[in-house]
Amino acid sequence: MVSNLLILYEAPPLALQLLLDGILIGAVFALAAYGMALVWGVTNIINIAQGEFVMLGGFIAVAFADHGLPPLFAVPVAAAALYGLGWVLFQTLIVHVIGRDMFNSVLATFGIAIVLQQLMGRVFGGADRIVESGLGTWSFFDGLVTVVQVKVLVFVYCLLLGVALALFLGRSRQGQAIRATAQEPRAASALGIKTRQIYAMTYALNAAICGAAGALAANAYTIHAYSGLSYTIRSFMIVVVAGVGNLAGVASAAMGLGVAESFAGFILGTQYQIAFVFGLLVAVLVFRNWRLGRQRRTLQ
Amino acid sequence: MPHAKIFGSSRSLLVAGLIGLGLLAPLVAPGHQSQLTELLLFIVFALAWDLVGGQMGYNSFGNVLFVGVGMYASAIVQVGLFYDVGRYTEAKGGGTQFLFDVPQFLTGLGFGILVAAIMAGLVALLLGSLVLRMRGHYFAICTLGLGIAAGQVAAGIPWIGGGSGMLTPNPPAALGDVGLLLYYLALLLALATFATFTWLLSTRFGLALNAIRDDEDKADAMGLATHGIKVTAWVIAACFLGAAGAIYGNLVRFIDPTQTAFAGATIGVWMILMALLGGSGTLLGPVVGAVVFQLFKELFWTYLLGWQRVALGVLIVAVAVFFPDGIVGFARTRFGRGQRSEEDTAAALKEKAP
Repeated sequence: MVSNLLILYEAPPLALQLLLDGILIGAVFALAAYGMALVWGVTNIINIAQGEFVMLGGFIAVAFADHGLPPLFAVPVAAAALYGLGWVLFQTLIVHVIGRDMFNSVLATFGIAIVLQQLMGRVFGGADRIVESGLGTWSFFDGLVTVVQVKVLVFVYCLLLGVALALFLGRSRQGQAIRATAQEPRAASALGIKTRQIYAMTYALNAAICGAAGALAANAYTIHAYSGLSYTIRSFMIVVVAGVGNLAGVASAAMGLGVAESFAGFILGTQYQIAFVFGLLVAVLVFRNWRLGRQRRTLQ
Repeated sequence: MPHAKIFGSSRSLLVAGLIGLGLLAPLVAPGHQSQLTELLLFIVFALAWDLVGGQMGYNSFGNVLFVGVGMYASAIVQVGLFYDVGRYTEAKGGGTQFLFDVPQFLTGLGFGILVAAIMAGLVALLLGSLVLRMRGHYFAICTLGLGIAAGQVAAGIPWIGGGSGMLTPNPPAALGDVGLLLYYLALLLALATFATFTWLLSTRFGLALNAIRDDEDKADAMGLATHGIKVTAWVIAACFLGAAGAIYGNLVRFIDPTQTAFAGATIGVWMILMALLGGSGTLLGPVVGAVVFQLFKELFWTYLLGWQRVALGVLIVAVAVFFPDGIVGFARTRFGRGQRSEEDTAAALKEKAP
């Protein structure tokens, strides 16, 4: 661990490498987190199956590549398929837990997550998968810093998708209805907005975002049937830090997390990277609580 | 308590019958001995989860942490009393150099279970003062994170076998059927858990737990030392979970850091399912839930092999969405007389209206 720190000190470009890698993967985290924030804000449900939606999108891209189809074509297909899945899940299950104690919806979506990961494990196997993009890398500082081109491509597409989503929510009629329902469901319903349909649409839209993010990410990062939960935890952490419904905040928190993770992975060793993510979650929540406690004391 | 009328008179008879059944079960069905031991441990898991979840309203997704701590603590004590733990795990516990005779094995097991309970309690004390200040879903997801982080950390410590796990000591052949011993230990633990919790919930402490569940701020305003009560309850639950983990580790023999010890997506969520399926917030509920769950699990393993975990996931979703009151809760609203709240009546009236 100390030796890794020394390496970092002696070769500063390495830090640049870690920084870049963190920022690039941060865009994928940001999309999943933005979707989670959307569902959380509108339906007051924390979707634990978030990471499984991402993985499912990734497996759709892998399946496309396996059959010789262009992997980018998988993105809209994954989004559409996940939209359908999200819609069905909402109408059959989630609708019953809306408005109930949050523990109930956490458990229900955790159950959905378990079903999905087990099904993915059965269908696609338990191995690490990735889509071979065939793109090259850029090298800087005599090869000390390398940028994988496909990661940059994924980054750009994720950002575009995020901006499109923000525009949809901000400008379109449907987006207005979603925001109105988030703010005051009863008033929205009195004004003729079909809130149940808005809830269903929001949940399905979130699934579609995750699906697209996963289909994109599979081109640059390995996906695994049982590693969805870490994406869920990352999304949750990002939303806790950045708040609900704030794309710039979500994006910067996500990239911050990406950078922190890539540094931690280097310094502690990659076998501790997942432990770091979950440990950071605990730290973030404890810190948030401590700050809330202080605010409460000042109020008194 | 109106429901006490239904069970009250026959309760002692029921308990005596159940203890008798527990004592005789492995002799009646020797082929299912390990499943029965597992069932008894599941009862402890579900009861301990429900003390903090159903009774106190703090729904933890990370109680598996204490099970895992107990498993490892016990295994380390069982080995460490007689051999060097690092060399034992390096040799994968096998070979001829790490033999345990009968007194060694038994003292190891006894101390192991004790230390497991203490260690789990200490961990709960340490974490509880941080984590139990959180509420609702923040608590739920934080504990989920704790459970999984613990597994990842354990997988990175070579001294306890790292990612390739650790074996509990090989029971000496002279001891005969160790499974039977573990069964009766599990039975003893399950009875102790049930008795302790029955007593706890009949005291002021039990009332305080329910008060925290129903309205923590009011309980606080009434002068209850809510934080201390919460931590105490968590530590008590953790001690029983740790002891159960110690026995569980010896039952399965092989401790994998993420698949058996800190298995958040299996045992960790199963214990919630058991409590909920039986009826959380009741004493009988988790016991009933564990029995029904174990039946489901064995049926799935027998008839849906390969798809059993999918089926269990479906069961979790089904219970969380359609059956959150559980069997005991259902029986109460269906058969319990004179205890329908006004809300229930209003809901029933609303249902009848076209």
